[in-house]
Amino acid sequence: MKKITALTLACILAMGLFLSGCAMDDPDNAGTSGSPDSSNSSGTSEGKRELNVCSWGEYIDLSLIDEFEEATGIKVNYQTTDSNETMYNLLKTTGGGFDVIVPSDYMISQLIEEGMLAEINYDNIPNFSLIDDRFKNLSYDPENKYTVPYTWGTLGIIYNTERVTEPVTSWDIMFDPAHAGDVLMIRNSRDAFGIALMSLGYSVNTTDEAQIREAYQKVVDANEAGVYQAFVMDEIFQNMEGGNAAVATYYAGDYLTMLESNESLAYAVPEEGSNWFVDAMCILKDAQNVSEAEEWINFLCSTEASLRNMDYIWYASPNTEALEMYPEWYEEQYGEPLDMELYEIMAAPQEVLDRCEAYLVLPAETRTFYNDLWTQLGT
Amino acid sequence: MRLGSRPGLLGRSFTALVFLFLYLPIFILIIFSFNEGNSSSVWQGFSLHWYSELFQDRLIMSGVYTTLLVSLLATVIATAAGTFAAIGFYNMRRRWREPLMAVNNIPMVNADIVTGVSLCLFFVAAFGAWNGFVSWMETTYRLTAPRLALGFGTLLIAHICFNIPYVILSIMPKLRQMDKNLIDAAQDLGCTWMQAFRKVVVPEIKPGIINGMLIAFTMSIDDFVISYFTAGAKTSTLAMVIYGMTKKRVSPKINAISTLLFVVVLLLLVIVNVRQARQDKAAAKNGHAG
Amino acid sequence: MKNRLAWFSAPYVLWMALFTVIPVIMVVVYAFTAVDLTTGAVHPTLDNFAQMGTYAVVFVRSFELALIATFICLLIGYPVSYLMAKEGPGFQRIAMVLIMLPMWVNFLLRTYAWMTILSNNGPLNQLFQALGIIDLGNLVNGGLNGLCAWLNGGAVELLNSLLGTDFALSTARPTDMTYFKMLYTQGAVVLGMVYNYLPFMILPIYSVIIKMDNSLLEAARDLGAGSSRVFRKVILPLSLPGVLSGVTMVFVPSVSTFAISKMLGGGTKLLLGDLIELQFLGGAYNPYLGSAISLVMMVIVVICMYVMNRFGEGEEQAVML
Repeated sequence: MKKITALTLACILAMGLFLSGCAMDDPDNAGTSGSPDSSNSSGTSEGKRELNVCSWGEYIDLSLIDEFEEATGIKVNYQTTDSNETMYNLLKTTGGGFDVIVPSDYMISQLIEEGMLAEINYDNIPNFSLIDDRFKNLSYDPENKYTVPYTWGTLGIIYNTERVTEPVTSWDIMFDPAHAGDVLMIRNSRDAFGIALMSLGYSVNTTDEAQIREAYQKVVDANEAGVYQAFVMDEIFQNMEGGNAAVATYYAGDYLTMLESNESLAYAVPEEGSNWFVDAMCILKDAQNVSEAEEWINFLCSTEASLRNMDYIWYASPNTEALEMYPEWYEEQYGEPLDMELYEIMAAPQEVLDRCEAYLVLPAETRTFYNDLWTQLGT
Repeated sequence: MRLGSRPGLLGRSFTALVFLFLYLPIFILIIFSFNEGNSSSVWQGFSLHWYSELFQDRLIMSGVYTTLLVSLLATVIATAAGTFAAIGFYNMRRRWREPLMAVNNIPMVNADIVTGVSLCLFFVAAFGAWNGFVSWMETTYRLTAPRLALGFGTLLIAHICFNIPYVILSIMPKLRQMDKNLIDAAQDLGCTWMQAFRKVVVPEIKPGIINGMLIAFTMSIDDFVISYFTAGAKTSTLAMVIYGMTKKRVSPKINAISTLLFVVVLLLLVIVNVRQARQDKAAAKNGHAG
Repeated sequence: MKNRLAWFSAPYVLWMALFTVIPVIMVVVYAFTAVDLTTGAVHPTLDNFAQMGTYAVVFVRSFELALIATFICLLIGYPVSYLMAKEGPGFQRIAMVLIMLPMWVNFLLRTYAWMTILSNNGPLNQLFQALGIIDLGNLVNGGLNGLCAWLNGGAVELLNSLLGTDFALSTARPTDMTYFKMLYTQGAVVLGMVYNYLPFMILPIYSVIIKMDNSLLEAARDLGAGSSRVFRKVILPLSLPGVLSGVTMVFVPSVSTFAISKMLGGGTKLLLGDLIELQFLGGAYNPYLGSAISLVMMVIVVICMYVMNRFGEGEEQAVML
């Protein structure tokens, strides 16, 4: 045991020497070495304020970051990841390092459950009052203590009107052998089984293993009948734009992006209902820069920032003013009126939201069950 | 040095086909960097606007900077370390060499995600111990030392880690090919073992070293998963920025930056080659004159 | 002498102890533990390995595809290295970089480009259409269908009646294709692997061939060996170390590759890399099972490599004698 401790210590010492030698990109340890008085070297005591954000790529109008830095003098370190799960794993393994993250609904409830988020002091975020009440106190954060919504939207069916002539109203088309080889399924267990659950009339948040198994079987049957060309994520853009597939499931905002390259695409939220998602900003429990984080969140909630983000990423903002002003603002910016039909796809009207359901975190057993089924599908 | 006669038409067309295979996707993605629209499969007209937007994208630009820095540093360090290690392994008894080579291969075998996560856990644990030790020093002896966190340093270590095995694997065949008596001969002729290494071994295995360097650089530039777990909150490489975009879509700005980097390297290659050819010619002329 | 140069590797051995062995120990520890879902307690177990049987298909598929890809890489890479070594000095100066250059463009972009090329409406299919190759394919399929139908009516029926079996040749080959399905097939996955790892095969072989002693070849020729004999008896054995390195550098990463199969294979047929990734980054966070799969994969690959190197070194020594 002694030997192991000694060895570990020796390893750590060697690493320390090596790392302090190779100038780490970490302001925390700059200039603090050797001076016994600067014992409070952790955090940002050197007057330079900074903020570490973890979000998705292409999920913000980047000029907003520059403006925020200019206005406040806070340096923003903006890191991006590709999925909620990747971010979760990163948080778990590194034990943090970030201040603000922007997870989706179900991941938020998981993070709250595991005690990884800090309660937000809304007094420091005056712009929170601009958020529409529809997006407060949602099921993932019922008392609204941890989150400030950033974007929202629906999941729906994207189809090519040249290949699918009758309007789509039901999830059944995702399992229809009439379109064999022409359908793109989503490559993520929650959404794929969720679609099957909705088409069967079950809740997307069900924990009933029989129902989930039924949904799984539906996907398997369709897959064996050759309905699916492939299981895809972001490759969906290429496939739908290039007309290589006729039907796919994806998010409303992304449909609008695809529409720019292929005008014969249409979008529908099925009658059975669908999933609607909220991505919200949260502060991590071990955040080092809480006041900076609050300023950042407040800044992004402002109407101006919301409008510009909405225009850049095509995902709807939860800011009431921004939602109302957007058509007018669009006309001013581009000199042409906004197609209201498209606007309603981005920011779905209440009657559409009423038939949609948000994902909640599933219990660990159910998540494992999902994962096992998903693996079976691929073996 | 050249091996026998030049290849015939058949051979040349085979080589050309393979090069076409290697470069075809590159041409496609270069074409779409000039696309007016944001698609990477539907052409909507010529435009340079992705290039102008590229320079305003601070995430991409800082990603490029970090990537180049970490890849170059990791390549240089890994190549030097790998060269020494390979020579060492080669001169070992087989009983020792074989298990060590097996361990050397492990980072290549391991799935990236496993390497990334385990390195990350290791760094976090080691830093936790170190930072605790520093706190303890501060409270008891009023001595302090820098606290450590994931960042460029750990990113660099991780890259060196997965590069060295490839360098060793590239150099090994050159060492095996080398005449074993060369080193002895050099020493008999009065070289110290360091001189033998510098003047005899290194020139002999140079193609292997260059090879290892190229492969190491390639691995570094392309790595996403391992970087992702070791870079910390403030550092990100270009590959990390690109994968981050896949929650939505990869922007054609990435095509633009890739095209730029590709063209720069290609130009450098042409310049080097032309200059070298001129020097060769001049040398040949002088040789004739003398 | 021999021992002195061996010390050159001492720093790296230390480095490996720190950054290779410790992570491996972590993998082993994780592989033999599991977390209790209700209490959250971590306990040692062998359960992770008990599940391995269900993933046998994935293991077989991964090793099979990696082997095929390695073999194709060797088949293409060896002649290319050999032919490149015969080119002039101008080309050779930049040959290595030229082979590697495409790989410096991000992997995702290259793969997207392949998806565009291979897609149903993609340029390759359009080219085939214009050249009439697709019509030819339809014609051939039609012909084969006819032939099979004829055989079914004659020879196969006779066989069936003799053997008491119920066997029939397929007559359902499509004859109305407007494109070849290339994307989202196992072939596309192999193509992706070959594309991404071909340079790793070419470079080591090339670096060995290029420095081959020309006088050896001349000697062989002077002694009356024909060029195919020179190749077989001199060049091939001498380039074997390069081949071994190349095979390792292609095969080993191919086994654990994950994104290629997901993007080019259609996402329904998992490979080992995907399976491991799914445990770490899927809906359920299960690094324990992921580590176990990874450990088994590692052991198999290390054994493969060990056997190959053993065989390789034996061969090499035989050549030296």
